[in-house]
Amino acid sequence: MAKQHVTTTINGNPVEYLCESRQTLLEVLRDELHLTGTKEGCGTGDCGACTVNVNGRMMCSCLFLGVEAQGKSITTVEGIANGEKLHVLQRKFVEHAALQCGICTPGMLVASKTLLDRNNNPTEEEVRYWLAGNLCRCTGYNQIIEAVLDAAKEIRGA
Amino acid sequence: MSAVVNEKKLKVVGTRPDRPDGVPKVTGTAQYGADFTLPGMLWGKILRSPHAHARIRKIDASKALALPGVKAVITSADIPDQKFEYIGPERVAVNFWHMTRNIMAREKVLFEGHPLAAVAAATPAIAAEALKLIEVDYEVLPHVIDVDEAMKPDAPLLFEDMITRGIEPPPTKPSNISKKLGFKLGDPDAAFATADEVIEASFKTAPVHQGYIEPQSCLARADADGQAELWSSSQGHFVVRTFTCRLLGIKTGDLRVHPAEIGGAFGGKTVVYVEPIAVALSRKSGHPVKIMMTREDVFKSTGPTSGASMTIKVGVMRDGKIVAARGLFKYQAGAFPGSPVMNGCMCGFAPYDIANVETEGYDVVCNRPKAVAYRAPGSPISAFAVESTLDLAARKIGMDPLAFRLKNIAKPGTPTVFGTKLQHAGFAETLQALQKHPGYNQPLGKNQGRGVALGYWFNGGGESSATVHINEDGTAVVATGSPDIGGSRASTAQMAAETLGIEYDRVRPIIADTNSVGYTQATGGSRVTFATGMTVINACNKAIDEMCARVAKLWKIDRADVIWEDGCARPAGKHAGEFEPMPLKAIAAKRTATGGPITASASVNAEGQAPGFSAQFCDVEVDPETGHVKILRYVAAQDVGRAIHPSYCEGQIHGGVVQGIGWALNEEYIYDKNGRLENAGFLDYRMPVASDLPMIESIIVEVPNPNHPYGVKGVAEANIVPPMAAIANAIHSATGKRMTELPMSPPKVLAALDS
Amino acid sequence: MSSDMRYEAPATLEAAVALLAGASGVARVLAGGTDLLIQMRGGRVEPALLVDIKGIGEMRSISAENGGFRLGAAVTAMEMSEHAAFAKAWPGLTEAAMLIGSYQIKGRATVGGNLCNASPAADSVPALIAAGATASILGPNGRREVKAEDIATGPGKNSLAKGEIVASFLLPARPARSGDAYLRFIPRTEMDIAVVGAGINLTLDEKGVCTHARVCVGAVAERALLVQAAADALIGTPVDAAALERMGAAVSAACRPIDDKRGTKAYRIKVSAVMAKRAAAIALNRALDRARGTK
Repeated sequence: MAKQHVTTTINGNPVEYLCESRQTLLEVLRDELHLTGTKEGCGTGDCGACTVNVNGRMMCSCLFLGVEAQGKSITTVEGIANGEKLHVLQRKFVEHAALQCGICTPGMLVASKTLLDRNNNPTEEEVRYWLAGNLCRCTGYNQIIEAVLDAAKEIRGA
Repeated sequence: MSAVVNEKKLKVVGTRPDRPDGVPKVTGTAQYGADFTLPGMLWGKILRSPHAHARIRKIDASKALALPGVKAVITSADIPDQKFEYIGPERVAVNFWHMTRNIMAREKVLFEGHPLAAVAAATPAIAAEALKLIEVDYEVLPHVIDVDEAMKPDAPLLFEDMITRGIEPPPTKPSNISKKLGFKLGDPDAAFATADEVIEASFKTAPVHQGYIEPQSCLARADADGQAELWSSSQGHFVVRTFTCRLLGIKTGDLRVHPAEIGGAFGGKTVVYVEPIAVALSRKSGHPVKIMMTREDVFKSTGPTSGASMTIKVGVMRDGKIVAARGLFKYQAGAFPGSPVMNGCMCGFAPYDIANVETEGYDVVCNRPKAVAYRAPGSPISAFAVESTLDLAARKIGMDPLAFRLKNIAKPGTPTVFGTKLQHAGFAETLQALQKHPGYNQPLGKNQGRGVALGYWFNGGGESSATVHINEDGTAVVATGSPDIGGSRASTAQMAAETLGIEYDRVRPIIADTNSVGYTQATGGSRVTFATGMTVINACNKAIDEMCARVAKLWKIDRADVIWEDGCARPAGKHAGEFEPMPLKAIAAKRTATGGPITASASVNAEGQAPGFSAQFCDVEVDPETGHVKILRYVAAQDVGRAIHPSYCEGQIHGGVVQGIGWALNEEYIYDKNGRLENAGFLDYRMPVASDLPMIESIIVEVPNPNHPYGVKGVAEANIVPPMAAIANAIHSATGKRMTELPMSPPKVLAALDS
Repeated sequence: MSSDMRYEAPATLEAAVALLAGASGVARVLAGGTDLLIQMRGGRVEPALLVDIKGIGEMRSISAENGGFRLGAAVTAMEMSEHAAFAKAWPGLTEAAMLIGSYQIKGRATVGGNLCNASPAADSVPALIAAGATASILGPNGRREVKAEDIATGPGKNSLAKGEIVASFLLPARPARSGDAYLRFIPRTEMDIAVVGAGINLTLDEKGVCTHARVCVGAVAERALLVQAAADALIGTPVDAAALERMGAAVSAACRPIDDKRGTKAYRIKVSAVMAKRAAAIALNRALDRARGTK
């Protein structure tokens, strides 16, 4: 069967691609568009490493077909910074040593940004539950939670 | 070795700068094992056994080869066989006859997920389709999963000719027991007879997976002239080179391995799985080949650490003195020999000064994936049994569990069961730091309990190399061979900046490929900041020596009259004060005139590492109706020697503790009656998620190691040793019930409560 | 080959039904995809046709109807929780949907998908059944209304005929003193499949006596069980400790669980009563709170 033609927006840019109907958005991002910042940890929606934002909601791109992206607006980790200027979350992750190996970091950042875009004053418990779908095996989560709370504080101007 | 640098003089060591590799990792540009591509690249996929134990009668790949888009198929017939011999020190011995069978089955498949063929094809979909077309004729054999079952005389044998090593005279009949070993100090039998109380208990632990989030992945490119290149995510690209070359018969100089960023490992990426297969497929197909494991592959066919069955006996006096101890440790090696049982036998009682100790260990094969290192391999398992039994002992004599441990704590000069004497201070200091934590004496509520435990780990030294380049603008590039798993580029740059006397951000640390820096052992054993750090310091000192020599030439004075201080060459001795100090930047700018590029390399086989030690307490609450255990508070003290970058030391402590919490409460492999893994995914292999946990409270204790210029001991592993026992002890204190089997999952806890 | 799969995203329910009814091979509805795409990845289902129903307005909206709510079957858990009036009327059902997986999953997963996927452990299903929801089904032969408890028939099996789609659910009007709740037990705090789950929906009279109750438990049989004996134990009582004990005992007695990787029979039988009692206490408080609010 012929590949499907998809027109979408990724990180603010108009993008067109061809994909097989079974290909996931994760596979399209990584293998067709070479946006390898989005990571595969499980392929079954259990680790959050492939988290992207689709029309304001965060999704596991491994559980989202490439063809479903038609007409949507997608943000990946590559789209969080503004040119050379890091997003406050990116800066706080580095400052707080919130990453050790860094493989969960892209998903953590997309998920955290989705949270702070909705609620810039979350409690520690709210951050922990919001990020429950993002596994990290290195940090025990301490410094990730601290980084998100500190970023929220800066966003609030507190 | 010179004395440890005084803390007051340090400018960079002990601070918390941003890591040099931080920005690529938060913007998504850092390249991990699966992130590389090459023009003309094929996709490799591996056929894995659906059976736990079966003889391979025949593999027919002709239909797969005929599928359009398939470029190569390999089986063990394409890989040379290896001689049966154990190589290297007993504690870490390697047998390539086993290793080649682990990466690709030969006579038999020994566990579900065991590889037995691989294909390279134009797309992942074609490769997957080709796997379905490979026909394998199996003779399914009875299997064995549990360690106690595997040791029974009538158990199905994985190797029909395996005679237990370490028994004299050797047994006449084969068994699944690969090895017996033991250690003895003093006269335990006589000492038990004098004890006021003797406590004995038996324990079981489940195999647990390292649980790194990045599945093993690599890209290989082999040329017709025999040269090859590999991009792979591992803890040691030199180890990948050594193993891959040996397994495929490649000359070491012909395989260049590039270290990808590594997405977690914890010991699990110290061996090879996909790398030799990708190189073999690339050689056969003439194209670059990429292989990515799936999460299911990772759980079914990469190393967990051992499960174990153990019995501990301790004899104590009423005043709290431990007079005798004995431990029996039976560890599962998985499908091939090589569990960390020797470490378990050595580490279990190592925190204590006990005059009479005996440990006995068995290494047992069974139809599970082969065990691989996992953070302080072997030690957390024996510590669960020992530290649980010591808790029972403290209860029996009515003594506070920390005071009991402090009374028996090992000090410099204390003999160990494995023959050496403890060389370093720090154990008592760490225990006392934990004792002083205000939470330790806080009252607890209903269904709540507090537990303590200690943990010991050897820490590692070993072979490392580094090259320092002093650039014309006064910056420095420091190349090492140590993959950075948890921030070692930051600590490397800090030690280099401290030694050279320049700012941290003028040092650029990189991890060089196998052909661009000297041999370096894997990142593991808590060795990098100690051993690679030492060689970085040595290389910097060589560069300083070279720069002093150049300045001496400029000043036309003797080399001996130039010293290095605060990043400058200064005149000294009879010439003191004659010249303005010359900073590194000025020296670098004159390099062409003074002799050309300024570089220095150093290599070490580092010795003098000091053991890691952690003391921890935790508070839990047990739901009496469901058996659910909630961690209310967790406090972990650890002697790190000196914290080069305190944030990454804290991160190691948090991470190790949380892995221990998962091991304690929920992580396990669940097999069906056919020996097939039922929970090969993150959904049902339940690692801790953010909402399960409180903030882990870490206490960094600094008792410097005199054998390292900055006092480093190593920080990555001792922290995972205590949690399982600390939590079991806390559950006992909350409920009055003793949990002796891991994981302490809700059904088990509820059954104990109802018993 | 497996890549030969047709993907369609029709704009109307009728078009979707026509596609499914006319399919020659395996056809599947794609809603949130949080179960289906995992099944496809594992090779457990290889559809020849996927019909993505997320573009169908009727299936994506929540609206008032006969004093109750019409809930589109493809409304996601997140959308439910963000619909203030719905979430206030049916907090138990909303919470149950919001227990499905991570926030990533909650933004995709739908109650219709959760029901039709027919996992015995699906979190929103006991709450939906306890709520007394009716499913509106469109198929090649027209529309039919079916009680939620009659959709799933066993693990992975449902009562839909070829070409039929669950379009929406009708949640009935709420009497003044009503409350619902759902609780599940999992080993962690998030991300697990329910070991047991219990949905309770009850109504009190002016004196605080229970006049109506529905008790539904999940993961204790081949499908979610509506336990009439458990409801009977509450009806006519003030939902006091004694009634809760009797209700819990009735729940345990109705369970016919299996031993599996997520729990043992004995554990499920015991903890189903614990969850049902705790959920009933929450539902009672909600009913009482609402009663106070209406005074």
